[in-house]
Amino acid sequence: MNLAGRDLLGLEGLEKEAIETILDNATTFSEVLRRDVKKVPTLRGKSVITMFFENSTRTRSSFEAAGKYMSADVINISGSASSASKGESLRDTFLTLQALTADLVIMRTPFSGACHQAAEWVDIPVVNAGDGMHEHPTQGLLDALTIRDAKGSIEGLKVAIVGDVLHSRVARSNIWGLNTLGADVHLVGPKTLLPTDADKLPVTVHTNLEEGLENADVVMVLRLQLERMAKALFPTPREYCNLFGVSKKALRAAKPDAIVMHPGPMNRGLEISGDVPDLPSAVIEKQVTNGVATRMAVLYLLLGAEG
Amino acid sequence: MTETQVMDAGDVRRALTRIAHEIVERNKGAAGIALVGVVRRGEPLAARLAGLIERIEGHSVACGGLDIALYRDDYAVRRHEARASSISFDITGKTVILVDDVLFTGRSVRSAIDALMDFGRPAAVQLAVLIDRGHRELPIRADFVGKNLPTQRTERINVKLAELDGEDAVAIAKGDEK
Repeated sequence: MNLAGRDLLGLEGLEKEAIETILDNATTFSEVLRRDVKKVPTLRGKSVITMFFENSTRTRSSFEAAGKYMSADVINISGSASSASKGESLRDTFLTLQALTADLVIMRTPFSGACHQAAEWVDIPVVNAGDGMHEHPTQGLLDALTIRDAKGSIEGLKVAIVGDVLHSRVARSNIWGLNTLGADVHLVGPKTLLPTDADKLPVTVHTNLEEGLENADVVMVLRLQLERMAKALFPTPREYCNLFGVSKKALRAAKPDAIVMHPGPMNRGLEISGDVPDLPSAVIEKQVTNGVATRMAVLYLLLGAEG
Repeated sequence: MTETQVMDAGDVRRALTRIAHEIVERNKGAAGIALVGVVRRGEPLAARLAGLIERIEGHSVACGGLDIALYRDDYAVRRHEARASSISFDITGKTVILVDDVLFTGRSVRSAIDALMDFGRPAAVQLAVLIDRGHRELPIRADFVGKNLPTQRTERINVKLAELDGEDAVAIAKGDEK
């Protein structure tokens, strides 16, 4: 499927064929990452700009590594270091980036929908690297790749997404992406941390951890995004940990071969107990590696010419 | 489009047998050589040559597949589907026989040499092709050729191999250049 010139703003509405094309290409790029020389000349001469208005370690460095491994020129701009901090509008910032002959812009923003808006202003592809509480499509894709690697296929799997779903753009992208690929998606968390529009999403909702994890093939733990909580949405961290913290004991409800995922950064001892990330069934580091391969595939496909 | 068969299964078998002998003769045996086929049709050809050389010399030779899509110089014009390479051995210090089905402009071979160098530093690289159809755009020449087939640029060479197509055959087709 030809994705050349398209934006990647979310997984909601993205065709199954497009998702599978990205995952298949990411599998190919995984092989490049296992080489001694992790660099191919494919995107030589292309320039990619990352524009991050929020802090990030793995997403930003993952995109940067992906671009560099493909020989693209990657320019990183942080929100605080850009002219946006001098009062320049987002539209003017993007038009400037386009005028600098950037071939693609990757954007992270605290504002849901800002990437969609930016994509309308410029003709070059825009990749959403996380917009507020909306979507984080490349994370959804790398999670799908990690599940497919571990389980062979995604169709029919029970995926339990546990924790602060309300504030999680990762969860939203996973809900849409995994649903498109045929998974049975379950959300688990206290009612205050579940989306208010959960009934409009293709998911089953649980407010009891054991019930939500029952016979799950995949347990995806989400970080408690305390920085996004204006007021207390649960009584105490200790209570949250007792009721919704994913521990070895809680995992007994899931299938014996269930994998454990976390998009990071983790709060060990809060949403996930300290020993779970070190279990053989935890694929958290694999997610990070797959993130680079997935982003290489996204850059490769979006920057490809018509043909 | 009219298609004329120029090699049948027997012709392909004899050509590969001859190339295998030439590789052994030129390299004074098979010690230190490795075969790397260009994905897709070069890969099964390399595997067949490896089997033939093993029969001649009595010991196995390393063999792998190399995808060159990420190294093409026409990425901006024509997108190629990328596949994974499968070189599970160290090529450094080895004489690598690069194997492809058709040698045409030479651009694929140039890409393949670039790709190969990212896997290590071979002592030498030699090129074996089933068909050399001419029309080179780069100064590249094959060391081992199954059949020289003078063509017009507008003609196409269709190589079929049993592993991928169910039969061995080479045909020349008239038509517009792709």
